[in-house]
Amino acid sequence: MSNLTQTWNGYLRPDGRKGIRNLVLVLYTVECAKFVAHEIAAAEPDTHVIGFPGCYDNPYAIRLMLSLARHPNVGAVLAVGLGCEYTQPAKIAEVVSRSGRPAEWFYIQENGGTAKSIAKGKALVQALRAKIQAETPIVPMTLADLTVGCECGGSDGTSGLAGNPAVGAFFDLLVDAGGSAIFEETVEMVGLLPLMLQRSASEAARQALSSAYEKMDAYSLSVHQHSIAPGNFAGGLTTIEEKSMGAFVKSGSRPIQGVIKVAQPPPHPGLWVMDTVPDEYFMQFGYTNPNDTEGIMDLLSSGAQLNLFVTGRGSVIGSPVGPVIKVTGNQKTFQRMQDDMDFNAGRILTGEITLAQAGQELAELVIQIAGGQLSKSEQIGHREYFVMYKHQNTPSLSEGCRV
Amino acid sequence: MKRCFVVHPADNVATLLDDAQAEQILVIQASGGENTLSLHQPINLGHKTALNAILPNTPILKFGIPIGLATQPILPGEWVHLHNCASFVDSRSATLDIQTGRPGDTLYE
Repeated sequence: MSNLTQTWNGYLRPDGRKGIRNLVLVLYTVECAKFVAHEIAAAEPDTHVIGFPGCYDNPYAIRLMLSLARHPNVGAVLAVGLGCEYTQPAKIAEVVSRSGRPAEWFYIQENGGTAKSIAKGKALVQALRAKIQAETPIVPMTLADLTVGCECGGSDGTSGLAGNPAVGAFFDLLVDAGGSAIFEETVEMVGLLPLMLQRSASEAARQALSSAYEKMDAYSLSVHQHSIAPGNFAGGLTTIEEKSMGAFVKSGSRPIQGVIKVAQPPPHPGLWVMDTVPDEYFMQFGYTNPNDTEGIMDLLSSGAQLNLFVTGRGSVIGSPVGPVIKVTGNQKTFQRMQDDMDFNAGRILTGEITLAQAGQELAELVIQIAGGQLSKSEQIGHREYFVMYKHQNTPSLSEGCRV
Repeated sequence: MKRCFVVHPADNVATLLDDAQAEQILVIQASGGENTLSLHQPINLGHKTALNAILPNTPILKFGIPIGLATQPILPGEWVHLHNCASFVDSRSATLDIQTGRPGDTLYE
């Protein structure tokens, strides 16, 4: 067994958090600016793109984008707007500047259209990148500095037997090392309230988990759709209750510290549940988890420097801002999609390795990727993102939300 | 021999670890111990088979918890899925295609 206390080099941000990548983030504020934003970032190293499609602004989407713009892996930001929309790129740049990161912004309309905006954007991105490469302090990191998120997608009958248990075994190691572990998808905890309550670290955590569960239950009934898809059924999962139990094992065995919302960093290290379900609002609930990419964006918004994605059927996605490590418990999926899969937890089911060995190996892989090795989706260039209209009641400052 | 896996001693279903035909397979208990079971039909990796006879309206148990309710009599070695097991909360799943899970209830034109 290798030593899980080993260190690697990370990037120190002004708020004290440490990043495992040093990125320039190009952020657009309306669909109309998307093409220009992507053209600016095309062929620029260490430059990722996110954006919001709506013209009418949405506090949830702004909080989510600001949490990504001030993510530990992001060193600098360029905000690009068209000029007509409600969301203000100047304000985004201002808030990012206040976090100690260099930030620029402009409107495409004021800058003379597409070609001139791409040229200006590229010059700004190159200057921002040179600045953060020269000035960001390099510091040692250990597992204790990491926040790791996990979600599952394209789950099948192996996910609950191998893929998610392997992550659970790693999460136990991470929490014991002083790091933070975040899992979400309360819509996939159907029937599991007693189990969640048994794992609560405190009375406050019990209450938070109960309320999150009640809201999820009301939500699922209200939208007439449970979080289970055709591929799940084809892969052998028969009910949302079965899928839920298989998903929950990714949490490992340590006490649950409480519930955080989207864009809220965990108040202290340990294991946390993220509630991504919309709160009731004038347009009612809306959809909670329209796709896996949205879930990964939510996990990133907590400050997770990297995310584990457990996929029995075989998803191919990655994300901007932080590496995605794809874990499958399905031997056939691993063999069929080796170019996309980072970790074969199916070896647990063939008897090649034990669950404990899988947790240890996964921890070693996380350390390597945190130290700069590219995950499969990073190598290929997968950077799917999804920022949507949603409403969540804003967590109070005492719950750890960073303004 | 092809294999299936029982997560919890109380379970009345096992998950296939290999694609199997209607054949004798090995039943591996998480709690230790092994026995065999004759499958009634081909069942794919990740899908479930009944370990004993299950009466209609009785719970299907996996991970030691009820994951659904039997909607018809189920024999040992039979495939347990959408055609004979219903969620307690999700009524849409009973309308999906048994093999592919694809929906037939949404109009496209």
